Amino acid sequence: MQGTKKQPVIEISGLKKQYKLGQIGGGTLTHDLQSWWARVRGKEDPNTVIGTDARLFGQTFMALNGVDLTVYKGEALGIIGRNGAGKSTLLKILSRITAPTEGEIRLRGRVASMLEVGTGFNNEMTGRENIYMNGAILGMTKAEIDAKLPEIIEFSECGEFIDTPVKRYSSGMFVKLAFAVAAHLDSEILVMDEVLAVGDMKFQQKCLGKMSDVAGQEGRTVLYVSHNMSTIRQLCTRCVVLDKGRVIFDGDVEQAIAVYMETTDVNVTHYDLTDVSRMTGSAGKRLRLESLDFVGKESSVFQDDELVKVRITWRVSEPFAGVHMKLNLHFRDSTPVGITHPVDLGAAEPGHLYTTDFTFDPSLLGEGQYFFYVDIFDGSLAQAVCLDKPVTEFAFEVTSADLAMPEWAAGWGRIHFPPVKVVASHG
Amino acid sequence: MAEYTQNTPQADGEWTTVIRPRTGWFDIDLHELWQYRDLTVMFVKRNFTVLYKQTILGPAWIILNPLITTVIFNLVFGNLAGLSTDGTPAFLFYMAGNTLWTFFANCINNTANTFVANAQVFGKVYFPRLTMPISQVLTSLINFLIQSAMFAAFWVYFLLTGAQMHLTPWLLAVPLVVLQVMLLGLGVGIIVSALTTKYRDLAIAVGFGVQLWMYASPVVYPLSMLDGSPRLQALMQLNPMTAPIEIFRTATLGTGTVQAGGLVYSLVFTAAALVLGVILFSRIEKTFMDTV
Repeated sequence: MQGTKKQPVIEISGLKKQYKLGQIGGGTLTHDLQSWWARVRGKEDPNTVIGTDARLFGQTFMALNGVDLTVYKGEALGIIGRNGAGKSTLLKILSRITAPTEGEIRLRGRVASMLEVGTGFNNEMTGRENIYMNGAILGMTKAEIDAKLPEIIEFSECGEFIDTPVKRYSSGMFVKLAFAVAAHLDSEILVMDEVLAVGDMKFQQKCLGKMSDVAGQEGRTVLYVSHNMSTIRQLCTRCVVLDKGRVIFDGDVEQAIAVYMETTDVNVTHYDLTDVSRMTGSAGKRLRLESLDFVGKESSVFQDDELVKVRITWRVSEPFAGVHMKLNLHFRDSTPVGITHPVDLGAAEPGHLYTTDFTFDPSLLGEGQYFFYVDIFDGSLAQAVCLDKPVTEFAFEVTSADLAMPEWAAGWGRIHFPPVKVVASHG
Repeated sequence: MAEYTQNTPQADGEWTTVIRPRTGWFDIDLHELWQYRDLTVMFVKRNFTVLYKQTILGPAWIILNPLITTVIFNLVFGNLAGLSTDGTPAFLFYMAGNTLWTFFANCINNTANTFVANAQVFGKVYFPRLTMPISQVLTSLINFLIQSAMFAAFWVYFLLTGAQMHLTPWLLAVPLVVLQVMLLGLGVGIIVSALTTKYRDLAIAVGFGVQLWMYASPVVYPLSMLDGSPRLQALMQLNPMTAPIEIFRTATLGTGTVQAGGLVYSLVFTAAALVLGVILFSRIEKTFMDTV
């Protein structure tokens, strides 16, 4: 093990996971009977979700389509890929939340998974009680948690409030406490899904440092999924790229990121958002985006003197006096570029499908591929409550219409400012 | 969640966990369940903490609930309907039946929605899913013990006021009866919990069904009331709760109808429900997250 031979800790062979489309079930016996009766008479099923393609019903789709992977002790493995590439499914199978359809995973040691911040936290219970609860859920015994408690409390920076119910915590404190528990477990394998997307920068850095230690010094193995390439660069010693349920690259981190960027899909102009996951647990409940389209385009490639025309459809489950939207723009390697000024989408009532068309001016962006997230929120930007934010990256490409401009150089950043105004020029 | 095998450690390739597609009918890992016992205890504590947070009377409800029910039974079935109570003090008769029945009903009601109520947590982290229903029945057991203490207090009070009743050697069997009722409640509850993942309305039906079941059990009337009709009495014995309730009252109040056949039947029924429950539960827990 030590220096001589790398010890495999995870061995994945031929892993497949199949999902059936449209097979959700009516939920109640009457609905199932109703659907059955409609089918018998050759009528349209009254319980089909309107707009779903009936041809997809019963079809299957492979979320993972033959994954082979060996992970060695002490490695920090990054897993990257577009949404729908199979990252989350892989982590779910590794964490034993769902079973694979085919194939096998062999593990050496306990797996602590953190697929969401603060899973199993109970609002009524104090920070201390939640540490015990969360630790136990992640597979620790009470004695182990006792031994780690001071370290966990210290790392969480919540010492003063440890005996306060966590419902009184700020969201930042909540994240810190949850991360502290997971990072201090004695599990040999630590699986993390995008958990560092929340929390302040300083704490993020502290977490990344802690995870590097976990892998490097403590000799534990870390599997880390993220869309944030800079954290992947910082933490991981090796990286795999998943695409359409397969590993398309395995090896060096920089090369993996280069491969990942090539998978940006600017040929997609329609996105169905009903079933995609959301950035936070509460997003998509009170308001839900159902689709997004790049209007009137075959591909989402735009000249920088052209307007990006977008149509979104959405529903609400309770009345709102006004909901606001902003776009979070990123370069294709996930580097943030900027946000748009929030706009008011107007009041909304339950029971309607709202269609909103908007345009966006890409003229400030340098040539290259970008994506944006749609963030819909309630209240002002300073006190925004997120209503919906799908994890889907809406990719588009900007090309230069200005023939006087040379090809965009790598060192120029991303913003293409308007030309400076010459106020006076004397000879 | 997938098949989990604890391999014997070998010199070199000591894999500790193997995740495979689900195969067998019965792959509940009891060893693992035991490893997670601290979690079960934690869930029990949580159940108590959460239940009585932001209530006025708090844990007093544990006592108040059966007390009020007993008083109402006494009024409706004792005074108005005038049902027999086998010559024992009516108040104690109803309290005995109600205490054991409430325990059983809680075991079912609180485990019946295991999957649906915990979908959020189950979708994000693995732990043996059975810890949830087990912690629920243990919570119900603690409530039952508290309510039994109240029953004992009333029992002593009635004894001092000269009521006609006596303990019998069946008292020694009471812990076993309690265990049986708990396992029966757990078994029926997890069967329902597995079925509710497909049909949500079963959750509503179960609350109603348990209420009806009570009237088919000798809770508000003694089995001896049917002494005149052996066929009806035999029919009553098909209810697996008949024997435990009658034993409980025979033990504590001295009157009741305990039949060997009914007792054996009840035990067999309990074992069958528990085994079926665990099998269904273990099958559902593997694919449940794909269908919510």
